[in-house]
Amino acid sequence: MRKSRAMSLGTGLFVVLGFAALFFLTTQTTSRGISFRSEPQYQVTAKFDNIGDLKVGAPVSMAGVEVGRVAKIGFDSRDYKAVVTMRLNAKYNQIPTDSDASIYTQGLLGGKFVGLTPGGAETYLKNNDQIDFTQSAFVLENLIGQFLANFSKNAGQSKSAAPAAEKQ
Amino acid sequence: MFAELWISLTESLVRLGDIVRFLLRVLGQVPRALPRFQLIVDQVYNAGSLSLVIIMLSGLFVGMVLGLQGFELLQRFGSEEALGTAAAIGLVKELGPVVTALLFAGRAGTALASELGLMRATDQLSAMEMMAVDPVRRVVVPRFLGGVIAMPLLAAIFSMIGIYGAQLVGVQIMHVDSGSFWSQMRASVDLKDINEGIVKSCVFGVTCSLIAVYEGYHATPTAEGVGAATTRTVVTSAVVVLFLDYLLTAFFL
Repeated sequence: MRKSRAMSLGTGLFVVLGFAALFFLTTQTTSRGISFRSEPQYQVTAKFDNIGDLKVGAPVSMAGVEVGRVAKIGFDSRDYKAVVTMRLNAKYNQIPTDSDASIYTQGLLGGKFVGLTPGGAETYLKNNDQIDFTQSAFVLENLIGQFLANFSKNAGQSKSAAPAAEKQ
Repeated sequence: MFAELWISLTESLVRLGDIVRFLLRVLGQVPRALPRFQLIVDQVYNAGSLSLVIIMLSGLFVGMVLGLQGFELLQRFGSEEALGTAAAIGLVKELGPVVTALLFAGRAGTALASELGLMRATDQLSAMEMMAVDPVRRVVVPRFLGGVIAMPLLAAIFSMIGIYGAQLVGVQIMHVDSGSFWSQMRASVDLKDINEGIVKSCVFGVTCSLIAVYEGYHATPTAEGVGAATTRTVVTSAVVVLFLDYLLTAFFL
């Protein structure tokens, strides 16, 4: 009886530890986890022409410090813009209403995040306010496209310029 | 030459068919074995609790090596903050299930196979049949289920300890920033990755337990036969687990 009790205890401990490990993996290593220290937050939205590959859960930072996270990404079908809902930490409640929201890239090839640059207004953003000044994500393909277009235009000009020079 | 090849090919096919038929037989007996719950709990203890120490120690060292190698590699690209992500993804998706399955085959699989093989060699299984007790229901099914239940839990424990091992080396010794270690991990590990690990470890649990009970149950009833069955358990389990791992990874990508 004594041995079987110790065995049951061992089995119970093993099962509890196993489920604790599963719980740890699902909540503590993923973004969908439960945060145990949830702080009061408020929501603001911003409309962007293009958000690139910004994802829900991406950080929102000011001066490099994380002040909140992207909570939702929607699409406004009237003016064809992306609507990004951000949840900001309530302790950062003095962000001017004319602040500027831009989408930046972390590192060279990292994920996208939203950077806020403070404006000069005396009024501060409140819950459900909208940030009006936005700057879209920097899309590498567009930049390369522009560069190539310029390059071929320049090349074309120099080609057409060469025969003209010969004539003279 | 061709005749030998043909014979060995048909032999392997017969063995595979035998294993699948044995699996069906075991699964058919599962509902009738469930009421005797204590037998299954005892086997969870044998397969799980007794493997706990080796799993935790191995997890710690695998995590520490991963932390060291990952740091060394990522440092060259100046992105050692990604160490948490690299360690967590590597452990949860691959190393956790696979290394746990290999250790399980070595620790619990051999114990199962030699136990059943010795029961066969000492005619205990035949004695049960004489008493109209189905040895598959009474002996094999609880051992099989114990292994199937224990494996995903062991793999989860392995991954958790491994992540702390990587954190120990990366953050405490190599001074990677602790905040970015955890936050980058949280940002890039998805619930999908964890599911992949759990599905893999469940499949490996069925595989390793099945091979162990099959080899033990069908062991040649001699001292030599039991030894051979134990060896075959480890070898077959290792090969099949690594093969299935490739298939499952391809399936999940």
